[in-house]
Amino acid sequence: MKIHNTRGGRIFDAANYVFLSLIGIITLLPFVYVFAGSFATEAEITRRAFFVWPEQFTLGSYEYIFATPAFIRALVTTILVTAVGTLVQLAFTVTMAYPLAKKTLRGRNAILSLVVFAMVFSGGMIPTFLLVKDLGLLNSYWALILPAAINPFSLIIIKNFFQELPAELEESAKMDGATEIGILWRILLPLSKPVLATFALFYAVGIWNDFMSPLLYLSDNSKWTLQMYLRQVTAASDLLGTGNVDPNYIPPEQGIKFAVIVVATLPILIFYPFLQKHFAKGMLIGSVKG
Amino acid sequence: MAAPVIDTLTGERAGKTPPAPRKGGRFSVHFAHYKWLYLLLVPGVVYFAVFRYAPMYGVSIALKDYVPFLGVNGSPWVGFRNFEDFFANPDFPRLLGNTLILAFLNLGVAFPLTIILALLLNEVRLSVLKRTVQTLVYIPHFLSWTIVASLSFLLFALDIGPLFQFLNNTLGTNIDFLSDPAWFRPLIVLQEIWKNTGWGTIIFLAALSTVDQDQYEAAIIDGAGRFRRVWHITLPAIRSTIIVMLILAIGQMLNTGFEQIYLMTNALNREVADVFDTYVYFVGITQGAYSYSTAVGLFKSLVGIVLIFGTNWLAKRFNQSGLF
Repeated sequence: MKIHNTRGGRIFDAANYVFLSLIGIITLLPFVYVFAGSFATEAEITRRAFFVWPEQFTLGSYEYIFATPAFIRALVTTILVTAVGTLVQLAFTVTMAYPLAKKTLRGRNAILSLVVFAMVFSGGMIPTFLLVKDLGLLNSYWALILPAAINPFSLIIIKNFFQELPAELEESAKMDGATEIGILWRILLPLSKPVLATFALFYAVGIWNDFMSPLLYLSDNSKWTLQMYLRQVTAASDLLGTGNVDPNYIPPEQGIKFAVIVVATLPILIFYPFLQKHFAKGMLIGSVKG
Repeated sequence: MAAPVIDTLTGERAGKTPPAPRKGGRFSVHFAHYKWLYLLLVPGVVYFAVFRYAPMYGVSIALKDYVPFLGVNGSPWVGFRNFEDFFANPDFPRLLGNTLILAFLNLGVAFPLTIILALLLNEVRLSVLKRTVQTLVYIPHFLSWTIVASLSFLLFALDIGPLFQFLNNTLGTNIDFLSDPAWFRPLIVLQEIWKNTGWGTIIFLAALSTVDQDQYEAAIIDGAGRFRRVWHITLPAIRSTIIVMLILAIGQMLNTGFEQIYLMTNALNREVADVFDTYVYFVGITQGAYSYSTAVGLFKSLVGIVLIFGTNWLAKRFNQSGLF
């Protein structure tokens, strides 16, 4: 049936379309400004209140940051920690999800209950910090990876996925003498590639964006990640009194800050099409099974 | 003990699937059959024991006077002294006030805006426009709070930031929004709206897509206009989703987002900026008052649990479906 639309309805539609388009544009404007500003001269940034296209195009800010050892170090560190961390976290999650997918395994329900309990209750910031400290992980990159090695929510979704795969696949492999580890590696993992890719992204974004863990666990500023470096660069002048910022640090020119923000945002924007698709799905699974 | 294993092996040689041990059989038999699975379980179980459950045990230092070289077990018990100290501290009413005000601003402003945005998106029939707007408003959700804070610092930068200039010219003022305590809360809510309102619509849009279209047709025949249809059909249809999301939001109320608040805190706005989460950090990590700050964190978690059960009870009381 063709939906009948009154005159008032049409006016509403027009206003709604304009309004939503504006919302979309306003959401995007800060990026556009920062992106344009990263290619502009310092004089232009100071002189013009707002622009989406620089009058004079320059790569000066990028040349500067890519000649700054502290920035390069933070960038390389963050890429490595994200890559290794994602693999480690995915490995921990998958190896635990597979046995838990076997309904006949004894002790399975007890372990699952403990996993769900850990979704609701946590030790909190200080006990976790003291644990990391006692394990000797302060100023180690493992402190950014291990405490978040398994996301209980991801674990349960992957477990459910394994559970729904047809049992015949495993039975025929067992007849050929494969062990459970062989089945997982050669049969289940290749079948689960899309699911694993989703959760790899989930973990990667978590590590890349993480600010609290490096703040808590990395006091040595030669080990800082990109998020820590970004904060130092953009906020140095506003941070008196909160600690953790070198008081002798001289804040750089605006253009430098713009360029660092662009570099820190770029990987997220590149992966955004995948993120949007998979995360939206993940969120809805959560709302159904929650 | 060994016999069933051999049986299993001969089963394999004969080209048959080894039978699973019968339910209720001896554990050693069961274990031998599933040894590889138990082996795979080891890293995960160790992870949960060490990084999830050990800190829960570590919460006991809230009732102790934690001394690092004595450890969690060796430190002496002090009963509720840390809690008493906290409740007697003038920081307590200030933190409670700051946390609650921010929480209610988020609940009162950001939460309804999410529903309104979802309803507006739901009214769009031009699917290209709908998808484009969704794509744009979801982006900020994936950015770190560091990026959001940095963007705020640039947009509101003293004298040269675009929003600094625009707002001050419009209002005819000369306010430094980043350090003025009166502007701390509006900034936090603004960031929250920019970052998460778009993403928050997903759940509501999913609920809206299940609304029975026949009802709309019937309502149109009865002569109901756009707004009456939204009011009488759409909103009641997503009421249970709204209530569930509200209960969850209230349960999370005291979790004001450590990273966001920490990043926006500075020497001039501390008075209004300090909330439970950042206080735990400043007092615990930077000043080393481990037991005291653990007590503060525990107090916050307990209030959160009371809130979530309380709201759930209220929702059921008013004949709505609760969360559990």
